[in-house]
Parts: sequence; C-alpha cells; structure tokens
Amino acid sequence: MIRARQLSKRFGEKRVLAGLDLDVARGEFLLVTGPNGAGKTTLLRLIAGLAAPTGGELDVDIDRAEVGFLAHEPLVYRELTALENLELYGRLYRLPDRGERTGMLLERFGLWRSRNERTATFSRGMLQRLALCRTFLHDPALYLLDEPFAALDTEGADLLARELEERRAGRTAVVATHDPEPLQSLATGRLVLA
Amino acid sequence: MTYASDVAALARKDLLLELRSRDTLPAMLLFVVSALVVFHFALPAEESERAETGLLWIAIVFTALLGLTRAFAAERDQGLLDGLVLAPCDRSAIWLAKCISVVAFLVVAEAVALPSFALFFGPVGWELVVAVALADIGIAAVGTLLSAVAAASRARELVLPLLFLPLAIPIVIGGVGASLAGNPASFLGFLALYDTIFAILSWASFEYVVTE
Repeated sequence: MIRARQLSKRFGEKRVLAGLDLDVARGEFLLVTGPNGAGKTTLLRLIAGLAAPTGGELDVDIDRAEVGFLAHEPLVYRELTALENLELYGRLYRLPDRGERTGMLLERFGLWRSRNERTATFSRGMLQRLALCRTFLHDPALYLLDEPFAALDTEGADLLARELEERRAGRTAVVATHDPEPLQSLATGRLVLA
Repeated sequence: MTYASDVAALARKDLLLELRSRDTLPAMLLFVVSALVVFHFALPAEESERAETGLLWIAIVFTALLGLTRAFAAERDQGLLDGLVLAPCDRSAIWLAKCISVVAFLVVAEAVALPSFALFFGPVGWELVVAVALADIGIAAVGTLLSAVAAASRARELVLPLLFLPLAIPIVIGGVGASLAGNPASFLGFLALYDTIFAILSWASFEYVVTE
C-alpha cells in the first residue's frame, strides 16, 4: 500500500528525512518512533499527500477518501460545536449515515454531553477525543496517527487502544508516537527514525 | 450535485463562523463608513464627481482587503486547511465557498457604504450599483485565491496587499468608468470579462495553492 524509495524531505537547508526506504503492506500496523525532529510528522504528512517529497519516490496506493489523518492540531473549528464539526466532515466525506456515526463516536469517546458546546471551550484532552472522532468518522482503510495518545487521560488512552484493536482487521495503520507501549500488541512492524 | 452540496456545506460553515465570532464584518462596516466620513471632510466642497466616485472605489477595495485578510484566518491559525484538503471533495469547492462568503460580507458592507456615499456626496445611480456587484465577484475570485497564498506565507499581512492591489486596479478602472461614463455598458462588460477570466483562473489554480 505504501512504498517509499530513497525518500527525502528538506525544509530549506534543514534535512528532515534522508534516503528512507519503506514498505507497508495492506493490513500492517507500523509504529514510527524517534526523537523530536526525526521526521515522524513529516513522514505522515508525506504519506497523506499534505507535503511533497524533495527527493526519492513515494507511492501510496489508496484514495484520499480512505485516509484517516490525526494531526498535532485537532483540525476542528473552534467556533463550531463538536456536532457541527463532525457534521461538516461527514458531509464532505459524503457519509449517508453521518448522524448515526457521529452520535456513536461522540458517545464512545465520552463527548455526547458536550456535543452542542463550541469546541473553543474544550480542554486539550477533549479536543484530542474529538479529533479521534473526526479521524474515525469515515471508517478509513488507512490510519495515519500522529501522537494519538497526546493529552488523553488514562480513560481516553484505554478507549483509543480499544478502538484501534476493534478496527484492526483489514485496515492499515502508521502511528507516530513517543510511547509505543500501549500499541505494542497491535504492531506488526516498527520504524525507528534517527 | 455533490459539488454543489460540498460548496453549500463549506459556505454555510464560513457564514456560521462569522456569525458567531463577528471578527470580520463589523470591522469592514466600521472601516468603510469611517473612510467615507474622512473623505467627506477631506475633500473640498467643490470637488468633482470623478474624485468622489474614485474615493468610493478606494474605500470599497480597502474594505474588501480587510475582509480578505481574515478569509482564511480560522484555517491558518488552527491548521484546518489540512483537514479540508484531505476530504474527498474537489478542492476548488473550498475556494468557491470562501468566494460566496466574501461576496456576502462585501454586499453587507456595501449595503451600508452606498447609502452613506449618497448621504455624504451625492446620488447613487444604477450603473454604480451594477458595477459594485460585478466588482464584488472579481474581488472575491482573485482575493480568495491570493488570501490562500498569503495564508501560507509568514509575512501574510504584507503579501496579500502586495499581490491583491495591483490586480484590483482593473476593477477600480472599470468601476469608476462605469459610474461616470456616458455609456457605462463597455465598462460593465469589462468588469464582467475580468470576473470571468479571473474566476476561471482562480478556480483552476486553487488546488495548486493549497497543496505543497
């Protein structure tokens, strides 16, 4: 599904990725670890098509409608409510049953009672939960998760680990994290960026 | 139909954001009225109609610039463009929805500006109203694209005026001409042509602006 050969990315003079070879087959669960600035986020952005490589080749054999991308930012509008944000994404992803899915995810991630509150009032942890709802909303075939446990409390982290386990079958995941421990049992491979 | 519903969903979102945050429209209204008041007192009493109309168009262009500066503020500040770009909708739908909201803000600002102009300077003819309506489309088409370009740059407050104002010169020429010429049809035609060309160019090139 993902094939990179001698993949590199520079930002001006700064080289973030250099000569990376990578193969991720359908159904794999790849953990990407490494210190700050090693290029984990950049790699996810390249795979998502949000950035272009400066060298090498990258083939991602999937439609962008099937990609679920969890970024550092929650990618939700602060002046809209949780429900309105998911409704907007549901429309853009053309989900016929978006009302049902939205409700189910908000319930599962413990945001149902806050669904009509503007996300500007949300804590960082609640925003991360909402970002996860947004990522899972269209039931993607490829998950690109950047520090998914960031800002989550123990309950939220357990919820996420359970959700990923339930959604594991038939899906591919590339997860960048500083803390691979909770996902160790799901992982089929590990890439350490230096 | 899916393209239209994408545009409708995105435009609704932009209008809802403004309705709740009230960041842009009040500033545009205050600016355009203040500018006309300043021009009223700055111009000598016997000043020509040409100067007055010219100043109205300057006020409209700078009011539009104020609105355009905020057009991608939410997306820029919260990195939201990534979320929209990843959605499977045509990326030009993002541009078209922003254009619709920019036109809506301009129409509201001009609904205040034109009566104010009539109050301070003189009557507003139908030619001026049609010219302003056509100019709104051109301003929104070009300005939304350039606002997206500026949003990606560090010196965005400088980049947008530098890119937008030269491209707004034909709008001012067409607008002033249509307002004052004996036969405004040619100037209105010029504005319509400008709208068509720049709307097509901006619509087609938006995808390249929002992807690296």
